[in-house]
Amino acid sequence: MMGKMMINGRPVAIENEENVLEVIRKAGIELPTFCYHSELSVYGGCRMCVVDIEGMGVVGACSTAPRDGMSLKTHTPELRDIRKLAMELLLADHDRECTTCGKSGGCKLQDLSTQLGVEEVRFGTRDEKVPVDSSNDAIQRDANKCILCGDCVRMCEEIQGVGALGFINRGSEAMVVPAFDKDLGDVECVTCGQCMAVCPTGALVVKSETSLAFDAISDEGKTVIFQIAPAVRVAIGEAFGLPPGDNLLGKLVAALRALGADRVFDTSIAADLTVIEETQEFFGRLEGGGNFPMFTSCCPAWVKFAEYRHPEILDNLSTCRSPQQMFGSMIKRHYAEKMGLSPEQVYVVSVMPCTAKKSEAKRPEFQVDSVPDVDLVLTTQEVASMIKEAGLDMTRLAVEALDSPLGFATGGGIMFGNSGGVSEAVLRYAADKLDSQEKPVVEYGDLRGMEGTKLLTVEAGGRQLRLAVVHGLEEANTLIEGVNAGDLSVDLVEVMACPGGCVGGAGQPQVKGPESRDMRARGLYDAERMTQLRKSQQNPILDAIYDGWLGEPGSSIAHETLHTGYHSRRRMIGEGIPLEPGKQVEVQVCVGTFCYLQGSYDVLRELLAQLEEKNMTGAVDVRGTFCFEQCQGGPSVMIGDEIQSQVTIERVPEMMTKIEGALAAIHQ
Amino acid sequence: MITNVRDLKILKERHEEKRAREKMRISVCAGTGCVASGSLEVLESLQRELEVHDLNVEVAAVEDGCGDRVGLSKSGCHGFCQMGPLVRIDPQDKLMVKVKPEDVPQIVEECILRDGTAPEHNLYHHPQTEEVYAKAGDIPFYKLQKRVTLEHCGHLDPSDIEEYVYSGGYYGLGEILEHRTPEEVCQLITDSGMRGRGGGGFPTGLKWDLTRKAEGQKKYVVCNGDEGDPGAFMDRSIMEGDPHRLIEGMIVAGYAIGADQGLIYVRAEYPLAIARLREAIASAREMNILGDDILGSGFSFDLEISKGAGAFVCGEETALLASIEGNRGMPAPKPPYPSDKGLFGYPTLINNVETLASVPSILALGAEAYRSLGTESSAGTKTFAITGEIANTGLIEVPMGTPLREIVYEIGGGLRGGRDFKAVQIGGPSGGCLTREHLDLPLDFDSLASVGAMIGSGGLVVMGDSTCMVEVARFFMKFAQEESCGKCVLCREGTRRILDILERIVSGTGEISDLDLLAEMAPLIKSGSLCGLGKTAPNPILTTLEYFRNEYEAHVVDKTCPAGVCQELRRFWIDPELCKGCSKCARACPADCIHGQIREPYEIDVDACLKCGACVDICPFDAIEEVS
Repeated sequence: MMGKMMINGRPVAIENEENVLEVIRKAGIELPTFCYHSELSVYGGCRMCVVDIEGMGVVGACSTAPRDGMSLKTHTPELRDIRKLAMELLLADHDRECTTCGKSGGCKLQDLSTQLGVEEVRFGTRDEKVPVDSSNDAIQRDANKCILCGDCVRMCEEIQGVGALGFINRGSEAMVVPAFDKDLGDVECVTCGQCMAVCPTGALVVKSETSLAFDAISDEGKTVIFQIAPAVRVAIGEAFGLPPGDNLLGKLVAALRALGADRVFDTSIAADLTVIEETQEFFGRLEGGGNFPMFTSCCPAWVKFAEYRHPEILDNLSTCRSPQQMFGSMIKRHYAEKMGLSPEQVYVVSVMPCTAKKSEAKRPEFQVDSVPDVDLVLTTQEVASMIKEAGLDMTRLAVEALDSPLGFATGGGIMFGNSGGVSEAVLRYAADKLDSQEKPVVEYGDLRGMEGTKLLTVEAGGRQLRLAVVHGLEEANTLIEGVNAGDLSVDLVEVMACPGGCVGGAGQPQVKGPESRDMRARGLYDAERMTQLRKSQQNPILDAIYDGWLGEPGSSIAHETLHTGYHSRRRMIGEGIPLEPGKQVEVQVCVGTFCYLQGSYDVLRELLAQLEEKNMTGAVDVRGTFCFEQCQGGPSVMIGDEIQSQVTIERVPEMMTKIEGALAAIHQ
Repeated sequence: MITNVRDLKILKERHEEKRAREKMRISVCAGTGCVASGSLEVLESLQRELEVHDLNVEVAAVEDGCGDRVGLSKSGCHGFCQMGPLVRIDPQDKLMVKVKPEDVPQIVEECILRDGTAPEHNLYHHPQTEEVYAKAGDIPFYKLQKRVTLEHCGHLDPSDIEEYVYSGGYYGLGEILEHRTPEEVCQLITDSGMRGRGGGGFPTGLKWDLTRKAEGQKKYVVCNGDEGDPGAFMDRSIMEGDPHRLIEGMIVAGYAIGADQGLIYVRAEYPLAIARLREAIASAREMNILGDDILGSGFSFDLEISKGAGAFVCGEETALLASIEGNRGMPAPKPPYPSDKGLFGYPTLINNVETLASVPSILALGAEAYRSLGTESSAGTKTFAITGEIANTGLIEVPMGTPLREIVYEIGGGLRGGRDFKAVQIGGPSGGCLTREHLDLPLDFDSLASVGAMIGSGGLVVMGDSTCMVEVARFFMKFAQEESCGKCVLCREGTRRILDILERIVSGTGEISDLDLLAEMAPLIKSGSLCGLGKTAPNPILTTLEYFRNEYEAHVVDKTCPAGVCQELRRFWIDPELCKGCSKCARACPADCIHGQIREPYEIDVDACLKCGACVDICPFDAIEEVS
């Protein structure tokens, strides 16, 4: 819709804005909102953006389409009173322990309360408190601070396609809770943290682990090695009042050294390594007829999402570990030895734009003999708070260089922080390799920018390479469905969970709007352009690493230390039921749909009858249970911890023998 | 199987013959109210008794052509719920009230075999005039009504589609399908002046036409049967008592807007309505009135029932659609209106039960005649559920614009026990209250809006002088708070804080500044809330504050409840002159707060008193009184 409308008596052009709020903001009037985000669906719940439109009365500006000739007022006495009352009501139900709140200073509720001039809360203070939920690896949830704007719910569902959060109850009892009212650590949360990135209050904040870092630094027996992810450098300045996109890498290095870091390296070098390994894997699949499209695996939230939602494509996921984990492995398996230290003596701290990395570092695959490859993951926010706590003045710190040798990265690795960056770096390698020549550096504009799905086809080595880049897990979902349905045919898919890729990660300082992410992305591309070597394969340090340790890309050492595997997490693991220890054999018969149809219920009954007959019921704990994810081998029966497949009713005597064997083993 | 209007006529004639062979027809009310007070037992004993006298009509028995028969069936709600279980005999128009199974032999004997009047105790006695009525039509409760939408309720067997056809049902539909274009149907509804009966009063014809014009690959007709107002049951009665009328209305609506699918959203607390609708839908499908190629017209339309989980907010149309889609019932901002983007994103027409059930009446009467039933701006008739301290509770239908006085005093028979009228709450928790000064107000959309109230769905709760208006406001606010979906802050938190304040006031800890706070908050919540629930939730506060401010002041300043309702504000006193010191009160007191010496006057420790009044009831000397 084009046209003109009157805002407070002044004409303002309508230029295809979706709603009146956008027009008002364009006119320079910053109407407050809690629940409006241009990327999310319109909610209309916070009532902050109410306006008085001639002929319509008081309506929410966010949920009203602009019309030519419309005339409205934004600050009549009634509107001011409505906003103030709404704010006062929100504050009355909000745990107002601001001084000890992790969000203090960055809290929108605090800001708008001051902005609206609320001087008094006439409705008392929050009378009942619910426990704080710290069960998630990265996200701390405090329902006492929730103002029910629903931003997290819509973010999780609409942008991330996860839907781990929702509303329960009615009236003032209404709450936002994880699915089934469980704790956030017990649901299908992929820890992307985007809920937190839109939360206006301290209801969802990063679970702070800064004290672990301080402890490690002061531990004389530990050599503390920091790695800094690419996207951190263009966002950390925001925590100190600088604009998004300013590259503060040098100051950050200085700050980390001042805090007591023994070595400060760049995760970008591990990104370069990822490019080599992943491209090699891609070629391997091309030659060996592996699964296509191949999906990238750098983003741990995406990996978890695939494990939860799309186990059917797990074989399509690149086996490459993420740069963070490659870096950790490189330090603990190679660099420590070169320093004459054991893996336990080295403490690897990652500085990440990401909350899911906290979860990733805890995966058992990334530990050797209970020693994690990455000991601690700190988000950009946490590192900023450490710098503040240590009394360091970021603006006055002199720029310092990263340590050698793992502080050297190419432009390819640095681009990893942007959506499309991985693909671009891989393409710069793959194109050269396929055409067997060193080509000039190409900037693939089609892979850049904030479009949800970006597609590019390039010719190299006489074949077409079809790339897709998605960010936001719902985009990934749609793409996978398209691929599964045969509507889309691509060779390589890059997936980043967060909007804009890692620059938009939830561990970064909270963004003011989509434009902040744009500025960070530009900052990172600028940094890339400044590097002398812009292709990952040109990194001379990696040559040394391959020569001195890995051998060649895709070697068996590389596989052992830089690659990994995935497993379906389709079923939620329920709480275990304690059994009488040591006395009983546990037998579970699957009565899930598939096994049931194959006759598992009859098997269960026959088993019970035979146990009864042999007077064994007391010694055996028989349960009907649901799906072992072994449907193709159904009916499934689990005796002890071993699954027996295709257990038909005729095979029950055989099962009895196994049970007797297991019993005998127990009583030995 | 009916393939055209002619078949419909044949069916009607067949049923007419069947009816003609009946000497009389006994209808036992099987609405929820009467069923609860035992009407099905009455039906059973009637059946037995008629068999004894060899009078009962089984369907097979009719076929033999014998004319001297008595028809017996259950019927939908007769409306006069206060007097249930009700039994009526047509065509003689006899009405028997409060019928018990043991009354049945006498009724059969005197009323049916001898065609005389029913036993006196089964006849209606007017509470004021003491007059006794044998015929339904003479009773003021019925005499002053104009039953159009409810015309069949109480007369027809809702389980029998043939009865509906016999009474002229589905003819209008047949005519429309044969002779009118969808556009003409919308125009007809517009001409009738019909406005939505669900609360908002939006012109129905306009809504139909907007949905008709909206573009969509698919369209839906949704019937809002989520009747949630406390004390309202007109929609339930229609669905239970005349389900085919609703179905016919929905098919016509579907034809008018170009939909092939309809959904009836009924709250799960209405099991009887759901069962009757299911039955009716099945029999309509069987007769080719629902499904493909309805009545051979080429038009196809089918119906489904969607059960609601009983959330008041799901009466709000966008929340209702969310609920049908399987989402949490939360309202969405409008626009887009459902007529553009409704169920599953397709253009959707949402009307409430009464609106859709009025459509067959418009078809039968014609737009002009229907319009002339009401007032200039509010056409037709409106059903009201009257409850509270009124002599005749029940379901009534009157022309729009009927004065409140007529409803309360003539149809309703005045207040129970001859109490003085104080107020009515109209339109449920979203409505407002009307006082003595409004008794001559014509009940129509605009007159009510002018005094800050609304028809809503048509609940009328009549209150006498023993009702505390602050407590009434508290009751409705509690309802609104518990039913708020929690989405918008003004409704979720605003109603909660208003409730807190009202609870303070009724418990005696309110202050005069609380009244200012209420007066400040209520209008802001009204204008600033997202949906209809929040926008109307403050109405009970606004109207009671306006008309009964003195009662509020009595609570906060004098700490008394003029109506003597608010427990916490009651105060008891033992008159030492009358107290004989018998100690009975002290022994009866659950709080152990009455002390004294035997044969000396006792005293109440007012601070510990629970205000239960047990002492007053037990004192043999009337020495304890409630004081203010």
